[in-house]
Amino acid sequence: MVLTHREHLNKVTETPHAKKLKLAFVSSEENSVTLKLPFSEEIIGDSINRIVHGGAITSLVDTACGAAVFLTQNNLRALATLDLRVDHIRAATSGEDIYATAECYRLTHTIAFVRATVFTDNISNPIAISIATFMRSNKQFPVN
Amino acid sequence: MTLTEQIKDLKSRCDYSSITDLVPYAKLIGIETSMVGDQLISGLKFLNSNIGNPALPALHGGVLAGFMETAALLHLIWENEPAKIPKVIDFSIDYLRPAVAASTYSNCSIVRLGNRVALCDIFIWQDDIKQPIAKARVHFLMSENLPIDN
Repeated sequence: MVLTHREHLNKVTETPHAKKLKLAFVSSEENSVTLKLPFSEEIIGDSINRIVHGGAITSLVDTACGAAVFLTQNNLRALATLDLRVDHIRAATSGEDIYATAECYRLTHTIAFVRATVFTDNISNPIAISIATFMRSNKQFPVN
Repeated sequence: MTLTEQIKDLKSRCDYSSITDLVPYAKLIGIETSMVGDQLISGLKFLNSNIGNPALPALHGGVLAGFMETAALLHLIWENEPAKIPKVIDFSIDYLRPAVAASTYSNCSIVRLGNRVALCDIFIWQDDIKQPIAKARVHFLMSENLPIDN
């Protein structure tokens, strides 16, 4: 069975960990994808201030960045994250859902370059900025 | 009880595992802490809900990042007994090898501890400590500057 790009996009929110975090697809454009991380008690990192853990935000960003590459590539190469950096520029208010918009701004045959903005209510007032690079496989997705 | 008192209390009772109560996310991804020598070590037990690529299967890259950030945070809290939980300023990870569906272990070192900022290096491995699967660095904010009145 040959999956379309859109079906692959849906798969990123259907992995066991994405389901655990309840990651949801929000929207996509030509080279960018927005995913949502709903607030829950389980993803709190600071139990005193009840702030979402950076690790949950990193999972959201990694998933959104991978999805943006899947959307941008015109074939279905498998991906491996090479590196990823997150700058936490502002704390999210406790209880707010978190969104990440990732854009694949450069794609070579071997490497994909992605940047992402993490926000709650307004993308122009982000809580985190991220940059990531991905290795692209010689093989098509999924690898078996 | 302040955070400093909580850490001292855990140490006095030789309770090396309850520190994860401070970080609900640590429980979500299955982090367990223990004492190895004089170091608090974080391990990540295998959970099906940590899989990011069911075809391989491989752990989710975000889980590994979250594990490393938490391992560094717990290490820093244990070593320094701060009054408040340090906040992450930035986190950067390099993925070196695939993470298979198995237990993962961490090694943290505090590169620099200042009054305001701490820098930690972390690497993680699965079956061989000499073959790390990822390395990361993280800056934590220990305390903030007071505002300057002009």
